Amino acid sequence: MSDMDEMDEGSGIVKKFMFLNRKAPHGTVYALEGLEVVLITAAFDQDVSMVFTDDGVYQLMKGIDTKGIEVKDFSKTYRALEGYDIEKLYVDQASMDARGLTEDDLIVDVTVLPVDEMANLMAEQDVVISF
Amino acid sequence: MQFGILVNEGPYTHQASDSAYLFARTAIERGHKVPRIFFYHDGVNNSTRLATPPQDDRNVSARWSKLAADHGIDLVVCVAAAQRRGINDDVLAPGFRISGLGQLVEMGIQYDRLVTFGD
Repeated sequence: MSDMDEMDEGSGIVKKFMFLNRKAPHGTVYALEGLEVVLITAAFDQDVSMVFTDDGVYQLMKGIDTKGIEVKDFSKTYRALEGYDIEKLYVDQASMDARGLTEDDLIVDVTVLPVDEMANLMAEQDVVISF
Repeated sequence: MQFGILVNEGPYTHQASDSAYLFARTAIERGHKVPRIFFYHDGVNNSTRLATPPQDDRNVSARWSKLAADHGIDLVVCVAAAQRRGINDDVLAPGFRISGLGQLVEMGIQYDRLVTFGD
């Protein structure tokens, strides 16, 4: 695939990339196309974190079924992230609480953080990309 | 300072593209470098030369082309996002090229700042 052809494997620089997922999985294309960037960034051997906040927490919900809206169900991709060495998944506590969700409702293991700890984590990053 | 810019919305419907343009132009005016701008999601629609906005409105794609020509900016359109939206080499405005997401990741790795303009 073209993205792989152009990779500069030799640069050796590793930066901390955080992907901030703020939108519901369906309704807009941001979650689906955002995942593409996450996977490519991991392929560049960068230090990748994903944060799910606001309606973005719905991206990780168990039992998503897209048959009725006739769009691709990409929720399995989140379970495959580990295979790409993407293991730092963070969820915003307040966003979970506001939607009545707990970790048991999610398809992957995450770290739930209060907003001040999330802010500290963000401050440590080199690059934050928001979808 | 070297800025990478990511444009995630198309022209006219959202202000993101206008803001990105003004940011890039101003950064260059103030002596910074903007080596590359990456267009993703509906942002790829900034790249079509087929748009014909009214005479009394700004022409978004032509404006990007001129900025790129004046300052040697690499305008990169994501191939996967472009294919979804009917953007290909036949419709690209001058200065734009189609390539992969690796070009976006490279901006994050190589430049001092990556600034996202979206909704």
